Amino acid sequence: MEDDSLNIVTETKSVKSLSEATVLFAGDSGDGMQLTGSQFTLATAFAQNDLATLPDFPAEIRAPAGTTYGVSGYQLHFGSINVRTPGDEVDLLVAMNPAALKVNLSRVRLGGAIILNVNAFKSHNLKLAGYGETNPLEDEELRKNYRVFDVELSRMTEEALKGFGLDKKVVDRSKNMFALGLTLWLYSRPLKPALDWLSHKFASRPELLNANLHVLKKGFHYGETTEDFIVQYRVSPAQLEPGIYRAIRGVESLALGLVAASHQSSLDLFYSSYPITPASELLHQLSRHKNFGIKTFQAEDEIAAIGATIGASFGGNLGVCATSGPGLTLKTEGIGLAVMMELPMVIINVQRGGPSTGLPTKTEQSDLLQAMYGRNGEAPLPILAASTPGDCFHAAYEACRVAVRHMTPVILLADGYVANGSEPWRIPSAKDLDDFPISFARKPNQAVDGKKTFLPYLRDEATLARPWAKPGTPELEHRLGGLEKQHETGEVSYDPENHEFMTDLRADKVMRVTRFVPPVEIYGDSEGDILIIGWGSTEGAIRTAIDRLRDLGLKAGAVQLRYIHPLPSDLGGVLGYFEHHLVPELNKGQMIRILRDRFLLPFVALNKMQGQPFKASEIVDAAAYQCKKHH
Amino acid sequence: MPKLPPVKKPALPPGRRPGKPGPPKARIDRKAFASDQDVRWCPGCGDYAILASVQRLMPQLEVKRENVVFISGIGCSSRFPYYMNTYGMHSIHGRAPTMATGLKASRPDLDVWVVTGDGDALSIGGNHLIHVLRRNVNLQILLFNNQIYGLTKGQYSPTSEIGKVTKSSPFGSIAPPFNPLSLALGASASFVARTADRDTKHLIQILRRAHTHRGSAFIEIYQNCNIYNDGAFFEFTEKATKADRTIYLEHGKPMLFAKGTKGVRLDGFKPIVFDLDAGHFSVEDAIVYDENSLELSGIVSRMSQRPDMPCPFGVLFSEERPTYEQLLQEQIATVTAKRGPGDLDTLLHAADTWTIS
Repeated sequence: MEDDSLNIVTETKSVKSLSEATVLFAGDSGDGMQLTGSQFTLATAFAQNDLATLPDFPAEIRAPAGTTYGVSGYQLHFGSINVRTPGDEVDLLVAMNPAALKVNLSRVRLGGAIILNVNAFKSHNLKLAGYGETNPLEDEELRKNYRVFDVELSRMTEEALKGFGLDKKVVDRSKNMFALGLTLWLYSRPLKPALDWLSHKFASRPELLNANLHVLKKGFHYGETTEDFIVQYRVSPAQLEPGIYRAIRGVESLALGLVAASHQSSLDLFYSSYPITPASELLHQLSRHKNFGIKTFQAEDEIAAIGATIGASFGGNLGVCATSGPGLTLKTEGIGLAVMMELPMVIINVQRGGPSTGLPTKTEQSDLLQAMYGRNGEAPLPILAASTPGDCFHAAYEACRVAVRHMTPVILLADGYVANGSEPWRIPSAKDLDDFPISFARKPNQAVDGKKTFLPYLRDEATLARPWAKPGTPELEHRLGGLEKQHETGEVSYDPENHEFMTDLRADKVMRVTRFVPPVEIYGDSEGDILIIGWGSTEGAIRTAIDRLRDLGLKAGAVQLRYIHPLPSDLGGVLGYFEHHLVPELNKGQMIRILRDRFLLPFVALNKMQGQPFKASEIVDAAAYQCKKHH
Repeated sequence: MPKLPPVKKPALPPGRRPGKPGPPKARIDRKAFASDQDVRWCPGCGDYAILASVQRLMPQLEVKRENVVFISGIGCSSRFPYYMNTYGMHSIHGRAPTMATGLKASRPDLDVWVVTGDGDALSIGGNHLIHVLRRNVNLQILLFNNQIYGLTKGQYSPTSEIGKVTKSSPFGSIAPPFNPLSLALGASASFVARTADRDTKHLIQILRRAHTHRGSAFIEIYQNCNIYNDGAFFEFTEKATKADRTIYLEHGKPMLFAKGTKGVRLDGFKPIVFDLDAGHFSVEDAIVYDENSLELSGIVSRMSQRPDMPCPFGVLFSEERPTYEQLLQEQIATVTAKRGPGDLDTLLHAADTWTIS
């Protein structure tokens, strides 16, 4: 390996230091943009920058080449500062074809850089992208507003691979490695992670390994030697809390949180799921960890997935299933049964754009009210939300603890953005995780007429949870079911007063969760002009907005709700310290209804339904406007 | 033509021979398996006989009561678990196989029984039924077929015959019925049998065999709904017609019925009834039943749809193949042997890491 030729910083070029940068790779679905982006992410993590990513791809696997709807993008924001969003505006766009330029130009900041694969700007592609007879390569306006770099990515890749004996298709597909090499050079990123990854991936295909390594280095060297690029950028490591870090995606983090919960509780994890975007990845992740005793079950449908989870939980396992919007709809009846039978389990909903099939690969937060109210009858259950890719670990772990402690199904809300996004993650140590105690019923719990009896619905005084009695335990034989239960005995009961009593009891039991919820944490000012209340994946954009609002001289704070139901008991007090209350959500206003219902305050909504996360600037504008309006 | 010896009674349970003493009397009797709940089926319902048979069989199976789990869906039959003093779950409509799969796959030590009906298993739960059979989860599925929706007060079901007049089909049903046995065979069930509520001896015998079978055992039980579909199966269960209208299959034995006066032979792929007394065909021409033959069981299962053929009862098909939970355990064991038991901290660090001090 010619490592000596791969110095990260090129001495002959001027080096400019940046505190942050946002790069967007865009091309056809088949151009390997997700791979390019994730490899750039790995290199960036390796360079110890803080980072946040936004993979954004179409629902079609290989949409027709060259079309705008087939464009796949991967946006990455990194810096030496605290990075919490994938970036409001793009500093560098790498466009592999005209459609990628067309779709993403509006995201690039004025004066930003654009690398164009000029070989793809031919009449057929231009027409497909909707440019008609005009060619953006000849667009002077474009060159006036942006720094455009014409790079013959396809041709140079072809030349580089002459003599490798590879067919044309394979050669063409390698051009993303050229683009990766070039951008890695441009931002002084290390090549090693990509080299290692390629060596591992193509270990058994030496011809492909050599070709990819060669093209990757060619791209890197091209940056060094060409006169087109006179500046190379450097981004210093971020000041993160001390610890051991790795880059992590939300889905990986969710999976690890579940493995940790199983490990710390000594409960066997039974994970059941039907493939659905974007939750399937969780099934892929967990099915790899068989040596943790994890049983993964790919069910025949969404209903079977919740059914198997219920069966496993009845058997004393940690039952978990994950799905996305339409799948949660199908699981509704099963979740209702779990509420009635009071069995612990976690249902993860990786939300996507809806209704119906909606936008399978785009993000949204529009299933909150479904999670809250989407069951027949009065069927309350705890709802938690995960706020960042790394936080998914802790949210999954906590959801499992709540489910088992309170003997209830729990819905954990994630979304496409948090699940697919990446960030640097300080790896927790198993010994630092919260305790996860488990107690199964071992013997009869009541004497009835002098006879020892097991009452499956006798309650724990603190939590109101009923006992968890595993089949196989002598003397505890009992029957569960969906019919209304008589208090304590669990026998079928149609008694009117018992039904009302049990309805209240099930609600009270869920409200008891608040006794275990830590105090609300406020980011920014703890009193003042405006409090921004968010939940789930909006945390990064909200906190970035708070920093900017405070720079503008406003006294601004933010609360990101981990517990959506029940709400933390001290939230009401916190609200009172602020004049205005803004609730940004990627839906038409769902959390705000729950808040208004509970607190009767004039909350202000900020809603976005574009399948994209908030930009920090959108939240800043809404918050500043709200404060200004009243001054 | 020589007279044939009288047809033998249906096979006795394994280990029992005529005239020999039965298995040692179990210490716990059937009452130990009856819960304290009042049974709420309609008086005269076929479900009572099935419940009594299961409660009578249980002590003989030598399984611990605490290891037995009955799981049901929704419908009259699905009240069954409430009446068994074992672990149990009365779940939601059609989904019992899913709960049973999750339970058995994660707790192979348990003895899991699914109780379902024709609407529950074949209509709303059809998808789960075929998949549990395909996977071969080791459990018993008791399908109480009464060819009607009872709990919702008398609509036609997926096993009701064409032309059936019910509340929801006042001019006759126009949808052809499922043949549950053929369906189960088509779904790769490893054990398929049929019995009836009014022949409790045969019922118990079949259930015992099903319990012995390792894998998904599918048992269709013809069950009389005396309120909405009374007498649906009387031609197969009542004395006057039973002998002529039914055939009890026995592995390795010729297919004879009507007290040994009639046989079933194959003409190509088509089964045909012949009269032994007519002199054209002898017992040699009768099909020798082979319960391990997927082809033969398929042909014989279809006899129940032909009015000119006797209705088959007994074990139609049985094959040994690995169970789902066994393969799942083996996979976990193999991976664990290869990689060693999982260590959480190692897993959390299993990526490119860097340290910030």
